Amino acid sequence: MLIFEHSRSGRRARAQAPATHDELSGIPAHLLRQQPPRLPEVSEMQAVRHYTRLSQKNFSIDTQFYPLGSCTMKYNPRACNSLAMLPGLLGRHPLAPETHSQGFMSAMHELQEILKEVTGMSAVSLAPMAGAQGEFAGIAMIRAYHDARGDRQRTEVLVPDAAHGTNPATAVMCGYKAREIPTKSDGDVDMEALKAALGPQTAGIMLTNPSTLGVFERRIEEIARLVHEAGGLLYYDGANLNAILGRVRPGDMGFDVIHMNLHKTFSTPHGGGGPGAGPVGVSKRLQPFLPIPVVGTDGDQFHWLEEEQLPQSIGRLSAFAGNAGVLLRAYVYAKMLGGEGMQRVADYSTLNANYMLKKLMEAGFEAAYPERRATHEFIITLKREAKELGVNAMDFAKRLLDHGMHAPTTYFPLLVPECFLIEPTETEAKESLDAFIEAMITIREEARQDAEKVKGAPYSLPVRRLDDVKAARELDLRWQPEKTEA
Amino acid sequence: MPFIPHTEEETREMLDAIGADSIDELFDEIPHNLRCGDLATLGPGLWEQEISQLMQEKARSDGQPLCFIGAGAYDHHVPAAVWQLATRGEFYTAYTPYQAEASQGTLQLLYEYQSMMTELMAMEVSNASLYDGASALAEAVLMAVRAHRKSKSRRILLPRSLHPHYRATVHTLVKNQGIELVELAYDGSTGQIDQNDLEKYRNEDFAALVIPQPNFFGVLEDTDWLTGWSHDNGMLAIGVVNPLLMSILAPPGTWAETGVDIACGDGQPLGAPLSSGGPYFGFMCCTQKLVRQMPGRIIGRTVDLDGKQGFALTLQAREQHIRRSKATSNICTNQGLMVTAATIHMSLMGADGLARVARKCHRNLNLLKEKLTALGEIEPLFSGPAFHETVLRLPLEAKRVLRTLAAHNVLGGYDLSRHYPELGDNALLVCATENRSAQDMDKYRLKMEQVLASRRQGACATMAKFD
Amino acid sequence: MSNIPENLKYTKSHEWVKDEGDGTVSIGISDHAQELLGDLVFVELPEAGASLSAGSECAVVESVKAASDVYSPVDGDVVEVNEELADTPENINQAPYDAWIFKVKLSDPSQLDGLLDAQAYQTIAEDD
Repeated sequence: MLIFEHSRSGRRARAQAPATHDELSGIPAHLLRQQPPRLPEVSEMQAVRHYTRLSQKNFSIDTQFYPLGSCTMKYNPRACNSLAMLPGLLGRHPLAPETHSQGFMSAMHELQEILKEVTGMSAVSLAPMAGAQGEFAGIAMIRAYHDARGDRQRTEVLVPDAAHGTNPATAVMCGYKAREIPTKSDGDVDMEALKAALGPQTAGIMLTNPSTLGVFERRIEEIARLVHEAGGLLYYDGANLNAILGRVRPGDMGFDVIHMNLHKTFSTPHGGGGPGAGPVGVSKRLQPFLPIPVVGTDGDQFHWLEEEQLPQSIGRLSAFAGNAGVLLRAYVYAKMLGGEGMQRVADYSTLNANYMLKKLMEAGFEAAYPERRATHEFIITLKREAKELGVNAMDFAKRLLDHGMHAPTTYFPLLVPECFLIEPTETEAKESLDAFIEAMITIREEARQDAEKVKGAPYSLPVRRLDDVKAARELDLRWQPEKTEA
Repeated sequence: MPFIPHTEEETREMLDAIGADSIDELFDEIPHNLRCGDLATLGPGLWEQEISQLMQEKARSDGQPLCFIGAGAYDHHVPAAVWQLATRGEFYTAYTPYQAEASQGTLQLLYEYQSMMTELMAMEVSNASLYDGASALAEAVLMAVRAHRKSKSRRILLPRSLHPHYRATVHTLVKNQGIELVELAYDGSTGQIDQNDLEKYRNEDFAALVIPQPNFFGVLEDTDWLTGWSHDNGMLAIGVVNPLLMSILAPPGTWAETGVDIACGDGQPLGAPLSSGGPYFGFMCCTQKLVRQMPGRIIGRTVDLDGKQGFALTLQAREQHIRRSKATSNICTNQGLMVTAATIHMSLMGADGLARVARKCHRNLNLLKEKLTALGEIEPLFSGPAFHETVLRLPLEAKRVLRTLAAHNVLGGYDLSRHYPELGDNALLVCATENRSAQDMDKYRLKMEQVLASRRQGACATMAKFD
Repeated sequence: MSNIPENLKYTKSHEWVKDEGDGTVSIGISDHAQELLGDLVFVELPEAGASLSAGSECAVVESVKAASDVYSPVDGDVVEVNEELADTPENINQAPYDAWIFKVKLSDPSQLDGLLDAQAYQTIAEDD
């Protein structure tokens, strides 16, 4: 039932709105609204009950194991939320003067310093509001760098075929052509293809390391050397930073620019799809191009660095200073971990992934890269099950929901058929991992007995499989009572 | 170990299962020289009590001043239920609803959000949000260029009276795609878009005209005329509006009867706290005709195998995970949690509640204006109609006045001299939302009076002793 | 195995071309292509009057999980587009060789000889 269907004309939750009608003055009549919008008219309790019930129809980290590969669905500490929502922080206006912002700015400055240290970069800007915006900032800086040198022949950005879709989309938003580089069967970049693709037209390469295939790119130093020799720069997609936090630093691998997904590695909430935060870190040569604003300090006081202080900046990415509330949560998390805690993130997320991979292989599931170590995530391919039992990765995913577990990432990366990209994260206990492995074995057994049963899953959720084709062909994107009633 | 459940025995057991001696061995594919040291500079982790104390100190040190700044972020009351519900773990810690069956809560809520936004804007289609108002406008510009198939023009008319940070953001996000932003002047006496300047572009080839309502100066534009003009000249019309005020002001879908083609803006006034500028959310609505050019997630209603109603992501072929380099945008996640809050906010307020808040803001601005202009030396700079924010001309530098007021914990507004040097040093943008009481405004007036008095005595800098 | 009529010409990118005998050709996507894409939900048509060069992207066919560009197999001007597909993209799934997407007036009729015949296309489709 939609909230609109609880609505009755004249019913109001008026406790939250001012009691009186104030007159309008000096506003021409033709600028005023004629018909009020049909927003719901419900009591406070009806609204609370409706949205509480809706929340109960979600899977979430707080309620279920959520091994969604490449998304780092780890526990989001409650202290990060409550401390970011202290009244003084929540009520600070973004344009408040620096005299009334030193507390907030000191936290932002320290977060910049922490991120510099864990990534091995020279400078950080917290401005990007999401991973994809961090990517944009990264490639825009590479472009600004080439442009500033008068090097305008560079028109291509290289992207491995296993990359996230955001990578090629970002390259295009920055005015570049995206050129795909194939991956070899062991999961590493095809070096011969890379060499052949590099040239004076190469602006840079976008790499995720560990890659989306769940393996560490072993020849990263050679790749860095080759790209730099060709005059290109290296961009690090921080989607999988959790795997190496405190173990390896992108700056030491030779990357010139990196974005981090704080909603993954630094445990800020995913919120049903955002808000995220995608700070960027850069090597010395890209420092002048950082997106604004950045927090600077003269030792005592903190101040904003804007276009006056960073005249070569690629510019502003949001109306104010990015997703400050998300940054505060990440700051609290980082402070609670400390240096040692960061390293434990990589250690235990890697331990959990390798344990699950091993156990699943022992149970007869096929690893996509059986000769490789898992990083914080790994891929199994269900192509044999699809062929022999007629039950594909989608069917396994939907049946897992009936077992009370969120499905791993399915059908990504596109290179591996019938794939499950599984990322348990460091915050899951061994018993959750064992339960998942049990569930996989049970589902496969069930598929042998009764494939149709598995193909019809899920059965225990608010809805069964939805008709996506109908959704796309007969677009119904909003409540329209006149249509429904007609 | 913070947030890691493993006991030593379990760790050992798991390593044995893997066949590794130590956790260190699990990193053996990484070249040795790349391993980093122990990050000692980051110091030890703090326990929860320590970090709580630290954060409370930081929050306290910023002083919770009395705020009369608007300029794109507005201090509105948010009902208690909004964030209590939005931070429920099932909303707070879920992800993008790829597994629709396990995400019906978020999906239905987003469908309700889309319904509410199309109602508020009087538009046909809404997406499930973008990052913020400024970046949403950049996406609207890109969308207009894609949609303007007739001419393939890559030029956009962008008024100078639009928020300067929005203009800067649009510039950053579109410049690498060869899109040209042409600045439209404002009328120095009304503060509205200068119609004479606009007429210079009659019959020229532009993809779109951007129309703010209200504009950065708080002045209301003649939206019917501007929308009609853009359509007469073969351009799309993009409205950038404050969503709260659309409960009272004519919504973009009704401008010039045809309505605009794309409406966007920042959703902050719908339940997001000021929070240093974010997270807020960007909203975007458009006509049915343009739906496939829209960036971002869109939710549709459909049925399941049993014919039961359900909700799912739809039109995904526009998006980066399918279209890759040909996607409408690189956007992936949006601002789901902020939209959750906004949807609950709109449900609790209803159309009537939003309109009451908007009226109260309007009344408060007029009160503040009366109180300040009564001091005799302060006057409104523009004659165009204002809603809940306006520009005042002070008898001395806004920067100095603000500094002195701030010393008394009053944030007196936004100094326009940096972004609008042509207005001189004395122009101040002020705002009074429903959260400012008559006493708050009296305090502001009193402090302002003292600043003006001390200037007459030639001692502005020593004002501090008045308190 | 998918249906590949003998009387049509094909491209590597899975378009079919029918010679209408009056200097124009009809163009659609093959049975094999519609099978790969699954249920189509949208077709973005070229604009009538547009002039195309062989190999240029001129339409998009979209299913729930994929979107695929349609490339013009020949040089020429678009003389007609199949507006019906805007409302009923499923026609392509049901009868791919009746559901033409657009018609082109050939600039150079000899280009037809350079296209694949049914047998050659069959080999390509089998490799997919």
